[in-house]
Amino acid sequence: MIGGAERLARRQRRLAFALVAPAVLLILVIYVIPMVLVVLTSFTDYSLVSNGFDWIGLENYRHMAEDEQFGNALRNTLVYALVFLPGAFFVPLFLAIAIQSQKRFRSVFEIVYFLPVTSTLTAMALVWSALMDSRQGILNNVLTSAGLPAINFLGSPDVVLYSLAGITLWSIIGFNMVLFLAGLTAIPSSLYDAAEIDGASHPVDRFFKVTWPMLAPTSVFVAVTSSITAFKLFDVVAILTQGKPAHASEVFLYLTFLEGFEYFNMGYSAALSVVFLGVIFLFALVQTLLADRTTHH
Amino acid sequence: MTDMTAIAPARIRLARISPGRVLGFVILALGAWVVVFPYIWMISSSLKPTDEVYDADFTIWPRTFAGVQNYWDVLVGQPYPTFLLNSLIVCGGILAAQLVTAIPAAYALAKLRFRGQTILLGTVVACLTIPINVTSIPLYLGVVKAGLLDTYLSMMLPFLVSVFAIFLFRQFFRAYPDSIIQAARVDGFSEIEIVLRLIVPAAVPAVAAFSVFSFVAHWNDLYWPLIVVQSQEKMTASLSMMQYRSEFDINYGRTFAAATVVTIPMLIVFLFARRAFIRGITMSGVKG
Amino acid sequence: MARLTLTDIRKSYGGTEVLRGIDLTVADGEFLSLVGASGCGKSTLLRIISGLESPDAGKIALDGRDVGSATPKERGVAMVFQDYALYPHMSVAQNMAMPLIMARLPMYARLPGARWLTPNHRGTRSGVAAQVERVARQLRIDHLLDRRPAQLSGGQRQRVALGRALVRDPSLFLMDEPLSNLDAKLRVEVRREIVELHRASGLTFVYVTHDQTEAMTMSDRVALLRDGRLLQVAAPGTLYADPASVEVARFVGTPEISLLPAVAEPGGLRIGTVLAPCAHGLTSGRDVIVGLRPEALAPVGMPALQSPGGRGPRLRLELAVEAVEDLGAEVVIHARLRDFPDLAVRMRSQKTLERTGPVPLPDHLTAEAPLSALLMFDAEGQRLRDPAPVQMAGAQ
Repeated sequence: MIGGAERLARRQRRLAFALVAPAVLLILVIYVIPMVLVVLTSFTDYSLVSNGFDWIGLENYRHMAEDEQFGNALRNTLVYALVFLPGAFFVPLFLAIAIQSQKRFRSVFEIVYFLPVTSTLTAMALVWSALMDSRQGILNNVLTSAGLPAINFLGSPDVVLYSLAGITLWSIIGFNMVLFLAGLTAIPSSLYDAAEIDGASHPVDRFFKVTWPMLAPTSVFVAVTSSITAFKLFDVVAILTQGKPAHASEVFLYLTFLEGFEYFNMGYSAALSVVFLGVIFLFALVQTLLADRTTHH
Repeated sequence: MTDMTAIAPARIRLARISPGRVLGFVILALGAWVVVFPYIWMISSSLKPTDEVYDADFTIWPRTFAGVQNYWDVLVGQPYPTFLLNSLIVCGGILAAQLVTAIPAAYALAKLRFRGQTILLGTVVACLTIPINVTSIPLYLGVVKAGLLDTYLSMMLPFLVSVFAIFLFRQFFRAYPDSIIQAARVDGFSEIEIVLRLIVPAAVPAVAAFSVFSFVAHWNDLYWPLIVVQSQEKMTASLSMMQYRSEFDINYGRTFAAATVVTIPMLIVFLFARRAFIRGITMSGVKG
Repeated sequence: MARLTLTDIRKSYGGTEVLRGIDLTVADGEFLSLVGASGCGKSTLLRIISGLESPDAGKIALDGRDVGSATPKERGVAMVFQDYALYPHMSVAQNMAMPLIMARLPMYARLPGARWLTPNHRGTRSGVAAQVERVARQLRIDHLLDRRPAQLSGGQRQRVALGRALVRDPSLFLMDEPLSNLDAKLRVEVRREIVELHRASGLTFVYVTHDQTEAMTMSDRVALLRDGRLLQVAAPGTLYADPASVEVARFVGTPEISLLPAVAEPGGLRIGTVLAPCAHGLTSGRDVIVGLRPEALAPVGMPALQSPGGRGPRLRLELAVEAVEDLGAEVVIHARLRDFPDLAVRMRSQKTLERTGPVPLPDHLTAEAPLSALLMFDAEGQRLRDPAPVQMAGAQ
């Protein structure tokens, strides 16, 4: 004798399997199996242009240590991130606080700063390359008319990473600003009242006693997602510099792409992908640890 | 009590706040100009003949108006309608598949009990951190083996399920009161009816936010189309910009007319669905 | 310690007048409650007193000195918020120390991390810590000093909020519905503690609440607000026994006062078919409203319930009973005039000591009230005092 409740539970279980089946199948095909394969490939010398492959163990990973291109790409990514990250964090934070205190033009600014986030970066990168043109670009026109020397923004090995950082900053600032704005509006106004009563009426005190600590979870999120974004730099390099000049803009993900889809060194490229994922996992871990420490509820 | 001899009158205290706000406004306005200028320059250049684009003294309105010619060339002479249509098909297909797979799975994860539930949820969360860049090699090899290179299906394949959507909708569904679902069961609703008539309508804000988010993200994606698209017939709008790496077009006015054509659709989507889009972004904060 | 004087305070938000000319004086060491329904302007008034908000017009003075342009810090006010507004990222001790740190350390020493870079302020910091601990002991929260607000119960948070307000010897102690987030039992407990705190500190308290019981039981005086105007400011007993208007009379006291329309006649006031034989000095035919507190009316000839008190001439009403609420020691009876069912009457009667069980009530009964208990209002609801139908003695 089976009761009604058991029959309902059984029916629910059957239904649940049916509901998750398509998603499970696709997750296997898109995530799980490729993840296993990418790790396996990274232990081989598989190349699309040759038939067959050998298991070479950790050789691909060992190769990274002596691979100059890898070291170069790592260095480039790091330099780029060191320029990009402070800008991607503090500029949006400042903008969010400034916009929060505006009354009338708040939504206008919100829209304007957010426009680049929705824009097709490949198209806008073309525009930026025109603005940054070494001879006729408008930026250099401004510089020379101010009596300053012209800069070869995208053609000079010393400058190209900064230029790319400038373009990607332009495209991401609105995104982080929106996150900060959401964090700011979530701070209860009574805390600011209490601070005022306690004598913290100076903006510096208000910022350090209320805004900054209350924004901590948002800050962690912004910092980590921006770090991952910095590490994933690809589009602008692919369309504007292709790693040039002299490999000065060859960043980690672009190198991985080159090894895999230009030189067809699938084994090595897979090893680079695994390292790439390792770094992202590390960021996710940092975020989880910090998120626990910064939330107060 | 504090000494009050040194206190300024109320009007001056109010005035003390406003210089900061005025300064903030000035900086915001300057920054806004920097942010908007590339668009102004792009649209302005798209209306100019090629020799005027890099003219030393920039004017917003062209001296010789070549806008009609440029846009006519791009939309009729070059395959941009195809590129836009390809993007539309791919993004629309991806979004439809993502919603169809994520909504039922998220409901089951949120409100039903079944074996393997915890493992599935754990897998979904773990997959949140895996970007397409990591799995692209095996996916590419699979596409090659299946002979699917340069097809719409291969362009959509890695995105047919969105673990982000599953996670987001699960969070949303979990907040849906159990008592209403139980009441519906007592009233004789089947589980499918519960999903379609109660849960989905309640999830409209989350679905809308995710939809705009997904559509814009895939419209702007370059990485995967760059790998699987080989012919011009299958190029997406975003990928089409890669043609300008080489001397695809030496008419600069026409080049930036093309850039405008590619960029405008998502700008329009954003202006009309601004709230949904921004909600989508702030909701992504919950995954942390 | 301070005497607070408000003169013609006005405030509007976007065309809506929230405060329409408030004149109020709170004596040094007094406990004054601002009471009213939500939206009456009481919280706005409190924020104006604190300095968080500026009035559009009017003067605020502390001990006779105009403080209209002073910041909250300069006014030296302390405030307890409805949601307590504790800083969630700070420990209890840090929360309570905030006002002192702000007052005693210069800006550079208050910046994050400055604690380790400014050893010259160590003395100040330990002084602050000692004071925090003293207040914490007084409030019996000294064992919680290292906890975060999220780790505290509602009652404990409430005490921390009080502590933060108490540490720095405020001139004025402001409270914005501080009990509304506590459960009923704790509310009664903390209510007593706040009264005790007021007595011990001797400070001037301004207490905002929508709850008449809180206001009546805690305050020296109650200020009743409605639509941005003060209806009456008086001691709780006076407010009950001698309300200035129908609105005040209805707001104070449960069950609500019974209000019966009446017409002035040469021989007294006609309520329905009954004539209350009282002297009123009004022109004949004038419409008035007669108010009767529930305990003024008592059933006649029912040994289970105490008979009506008072002496002298009485008003006698024939009633049809509608509902009875037996509260154990007393019964509340909802009834209507038998000949005039439009008029509803509420009465509250104590049970006699020998009869504490259930009280059987007939469908119809006769009730009496001493004429001295009648409150008379004009048709607009304003109190008619002269010549009054003799003030009701010993209210409550």
